[in-house]
Amino acid sequence: MAKTLPKTDVVTVGVGWTGGIIAAECAKEGLKVVGLERGGDKRNSEDFSMVHDELRYAIRYDLMQDVSKETITFRNKGNQRALPMRQLGSFLLGEGVGGSGIHWNGHTFRFLPYDFEIKSKTIEKYGKNKIKKDYLIQDWGITYDELEPYFDKFEKTCGISGEPNPLGGKRSADYPTPPMKKTVITKKFRDAAEKLKLHPYSLPSANLSTDYTNPDGEKLNACQYCAFCERFGCEYGAKSSPNVTVIPTAKKTGNFELRTHANVVEIIHKNGKATGVRYIDTLKGEEYIQPADVVVLTSYVMNNSKLLLVSKLGQPYNPDTGKGVIGRNYCYQILPGSTGFYEKERFNSYMGAGALGEVVDDFNGDNFDHSDLDFIHGGALVVSQAGYRPIGNNPVPSGTPLWGKEFKQKSIKYYTRTISAGYQGASMPYRYNYLDLDPNYKDAYGVPLLRMTYNYTEQDRNLYNYLNKQSHKVMKEMGADIVEDSGELMDYNIVPYQTTHNVGGVIMGDDPSISAVNNYSQMWDADNVFVVGASSFPHNSGYNPTGTLGALAYRASEGIIQYSKKGGQLA
Amino acid sequence: MSDQQDKKGMTRREFIRKGGYVAGGVVGGGVLGGLITQQTLKTNQKGQTSPQQDSGKGPEVSYQRAMMFFSNPEEFTVLSQAAERIFPADDLGPGAIDLDVPYYIDHQLAGTWGNNARDYMMGPFYPGLETQGFQSHLRRNEIFSQGISKIQSHSQEKYKKKFTELSEEEQDKVLIDFEKGKVKMDGVTSDDFFTLLRMVVLEGVYADPLYGGNRDMAAWKMKGFPGNQMSYLDKIEATDFLEIEPVSLTAHMPAQKKKSNG
Repeated sequence: MAKTLPKTDVVTVGVGWTGGIIAAECAKEGLKVVGLERGGDKRNSEDFSMVHDELRYAIRYDLMQDVSKETITFRNKGNQRALPMRQLGSFLLGEGVGGSGIHWNGHTFRFLPYDFEIKSKTIEKYGKNKIKKDYLIQDWGITYDELEPYFDKFEKTCGISGEPNPLGGKRSADYPTPPMKKTVITKKFRDAAEKLKLHPYSLPSANLSTDYTNPDGEKLNACQYCAFCERFGCEYGAKSSPNVTVIPTAKKTGNFELRTHANVVEIIHKNGKATGVRYIDTLKGEEYIQPADVVVLTSYVMNNSKLLLVSKLGQPYNPDTGKGVIGRNYCYQILPGSTGFYEKERFNSYMGAGALGEVVDDFNGDNFDHSDLDFIHGGALVVSQAGYRPIGNNPVPSGTPLWGKEFKQKSIKYYTRTISAGYQGASMPYRYNYLDLDPNYKDAYGVPLLRMTYNYTEQDRNLYNYLNKQSHKVMKEMGADIVEDSGELMDYNIVPYQTTHNVGGVIMGDDPSISAVNNYSQMWDADNVFVVGASSFPHNSGYNPTGTLGALAYRASEGIIQYSKKGGQLA
Repeated sequence: MSDQQDKKGMTRREFIRKGGYVAGGVVGGGVLGGLITQQTLKTNQKGQTSPQQDSGKGPEVSYQRAMMFFSNPEEFTVLSQAAERIFPADDLGPGAIDLDVPYYIDHQLAGTWGNNARDYMMGPFYPGLETQGFQSHLRRNEIFSQGISKIQSHSQEKYKKKFTELSEEEQDKVLIDFEKGKVKMDGVTSDDFFTLLRMVVLEGVYADPLYGGNRDMAAWKMKGFPGNQMSYLDKIEATDFLEIEPVSLTAHMPAQKKKSNG
């Protein structure tokens, strides 16, 4: 029998970027916040003295979710049997205080103005027929201009290092810290891009170019370019993460209580209002009910959808009827790009930082004319120097055997003689790509696993092929002796690592029949439930999602504070 | 400009302070501790007594070079020779055997990874599509046990010889049959086994020597990877390729002190 605890004003399910932001902002306003985090708390600077360990962190995923306890099931199509993702692969689910904000690379973009009004703008420019049947493309119910102050706020919390995107939306202020240093690799890309009349700019980075104190008084240190960033924690406190920004801010108020090893299994609700959450203390092995005036789902994309589905809150999406919203518009990304092999030059590619790089946005969003193209949107082309580590980086030109003498010689030779320019290609929602509950498999606590049904679409393939051609030209201009493009886009495969930019499932909008939350991330079906994160993105852009997710979290926190005073639907 | 220098100065101090903080205290921690440990090692090298040193060349016994998972010497030899074919010794430097990769693999099979401790292992199990990933009910160490036996039996079938008696070319041909999924195995395909074998060999070659492979950091030296460096702040803008002597994570270990009740 679950033990019921004293009621709190706000409870967050998960304490990563979104949970941390909600906690900090609400606690500053005097609301009592309880943060429930299913993982542990050994993820701070002092816990990372042995972090320069590729095997432990990058290959064995030490900081990631333990999938022996919970995973998802996956199939490409609705008529297949979904099977468990038995090991992490395609994307890396985080776990523990700070969430993925601990082991991210720190690429911090703002989605384009086009993204938020993608449907209207596409129809306006290209006509209705540009949006093909079964693509559930829709506006976000908010514009870039409305979201701009929140982007600015998130960038200032993080101390993002960068320079304005020449093809991006209007900015009310510069980035709080100057761009990262330039290297032979990043300069080569910038020079080539300029020669090709593209618009390069320095990658907006949460690995900071200089020491920085944020508006909440949290101090961040300058990046050391040690090259252990993605999949690793930062031992210097030089990568903006919830643990060095919003979580300490929340704690300082005295209004925030962090509870670790607290795995939420149900949102308790009645007559369109949540009354609290039920969770398992996984150390004690005991169940608790945490009553709250406001319940905020701030876990990862997968778990936000899963909790709503198992709690029977919101209408589950049904791809056959097209009705329902929870699990709708699950999107991912495609990763075209080109790799250059150099015979004469050798690069210090073992050095770097997660978000050290250069970007061009000329092939992203609607920054180029799509009139004669059989797809919409695009992707940001990035050269980043995050640090090539030796187990994970064994580049060889195609046709080379993958083991034995020739492999050894070529992988060693090209380890320091390779540059890759890659995109994150935007992903458009498709009727038959969605999330629901698996009928067969359960997690360690007896709760059904989330089931993902996903495959690439015609739109993905057309965009992928187009983008490959553009990066090929850039890589040629960069003087590579051999240029190879990403191979053909096959069926989506859950095995090889691709990107941890999963989005959708609990999407935002201004029409409750096709969205689950409003533009404050407040649920249409339950006024006091907010679902915050990339789960609210109706599609995925050609960028990393964290900048946009941070902005939406700041807006959601404003909504929660407003709701706590007045109640009701905010939008 | 002076502001810039000031900031740099701050950065360095902050870096050292944080580094000290990293391993919990100024004495014996993080960067400072690392420096102290390195200093101690150097002194020791001169003095020819270096029990902690991971050189692999010295007169000391490495107690890690022993079987922890395998218990049959012949099976271990098959594993070793298969690993050597995947990453052979050549003009560039040592291969899997001289890098102690077989010990690395053996120890991994005995631990968390070999026992799939962090994998979802609940049933039911179905073969599934390639896009759905690994679906075997077998643990990795069970797959390796079976795989090594199958390498032996497949060698007998193909060449009427033991794997260890085959020429390098013949050994390659046996392994290619596994890679192509041509060898019948139970509960797993031979190409899945080969993928695991190839991956774990590369791990043993290039992981930090703390795991028992990459002996003497020789694989890092071959590849030009400097290992565990605290900072490239003063090198990141370099225009030439920099060859940097690698450092292993042992450099981060604080000297352990016994509690003195005095």
